[in-house]
Amino acid sequence: MSAMEWALDGVLAAAITVVAWRALTVREHFQAIVLFITFGLLMALAWVRLSAPDVALAEAAIGAGLTGVLLLDALHYMGLFPGRRQTGETQVEKELSARWARLLAFLVLGGLGVVLLGVVFNLPREAGGLAGQVQGAMEKSGVEHPVTAVLLNFRAYDTWLELGVLLLALIGVLCARGETTLASGHSLSPKGQVLDWLVRWLTPVLVIVAGYLLWLGKTTSGGAFQAGVVLGAAGVLLWLSGEPVLERLPGILWRGLAALGFAAFLAVGLASVFTGRYFLEYPEGWAGALILWIECAAAVSIGCILAALFSAMHPPRQSQRSSGGQPKEGEE
Amino acid sequence: MEQHLIYASASMVLFCLGLYGVIAQRNLLRKIMALNITGSGVFLLFVSIAQRDAVDFADPVPHAMVLTGIVIALSSTAFALALARSIHRETGRQTLRGEPSQEEEADSQREQSG
Repeated sequence: MSAMEWALDGVLAAAITVVAWRALTVREHFQAIVLFITFGLLMALAWVRLSAPDVALAEAAIGAGLTGVLLLDALHYMGLFPGRRQTGETQVEKELSARWARLLAFLVLGGLGVVLLGVVFNLPREAGGLAGQVQGAMEKSGVEHPVTAVLLNFRAYDTWLELGVLLLALIGVLCARGETTLASGHSLSPKGQVLDWLVRWLTPVLVIVAGYLLWLGKTTSGGAFQAGVVLGAAGVLLWLSGEPVLERLPGILWRGLAALGFAAFLAVGLASVFTGRYFLEYPEGWAGALILWIECAAAVSIGCILAALFSAMHPPRQSQRSSGGQPKEGEE
Repeated sequence: MEQHLIYASASMVLFCLGLYGVIAQRNLLRKIMALNITGSGVFLLFVSIAQRDAVDFADPVPHAMVLTGIVIALSSTAFALALARSIHRETGRQTLRGEPSQEEEADSQREQSG
């Protein structure tokens, strides 16, 4: 490895660590979230350096983008409606014990860190892993990109269950909300011309980019998750600009779309079982087509779930009136 | 030192930093962020090992696992944030009951010294 590459990787790894440390230790919460988003983007660079462009796409969109949006939104709404400040029991003993506990945690975790670094440096240097086996099985996979093949063929079961976990998260957020509809009492609707114009242009572009990413998954980095996240981002952008699309759809439609990916996988798996194969074992020659159809369903599903996750964070109309806070209309 | 070792060491530092953040931070949003940083550390280790195991391409199985992991981390973050917002709506606190927030600690320190 040349000196330049070593320097680049070293600086990037150091930057990632320092930004993470700052994100964890700054006092102001907004600053911490912005540092966290920066951390996500630096991680995306690290993924590129480690020959993982698929992961880089996903990290930039989900890890930095969507997580940052959710955190900022939470911080914003918690600030808008502070509620009653409860006088906690802040005795001196509690502070001291907290300081003791923190010192202990620091020492223990420092020791753990040293041990883990030792483990990392003692890992075997020769290559192991499954890259060779994947390479051998690529002709039967139905696609040309190894990561897509693993995600949607060799380890399709994991991907199916991952869509299930997304659904579970949505159900959980709806439960925490107290209502299963998406309508919320307030939405930010800054009537600015630039935002209006931008969203009007961006939304169709985002849909096309999502479709393109989906199609790319066969031959290079891309696929259902990246496409789904772009669609989800479009949904979030529409909500933020005052056009909450998912709210306006009939309930059965957005719920059906959310469940579509999981259901498509399940249907293909059951069809395999009923024709005498193992669950999710694609028939000869059909793998490519089936993967494409499943990816389409999954992308739409993921986009719907992510946009719904964001919408469902905001409290429904009734609880808005019963709580003490008064929303400031036209904020930001 | 090979490339994968640089990132693998950084990943273990990230893991420990994140874990300390989960324990030491009292604000719920900061705890959730620290949890995410811990997860990112683990993913970094996975992909570093995948780079070490590269043939013509990097080992795709850990890549697929990390992709799955990123999405699942987002799901749990979203759920955790929904719970945190619920706690805030019900109690007005951004911390768990019994833990003073940074602002409350600062207030009480001022009261004691003033």
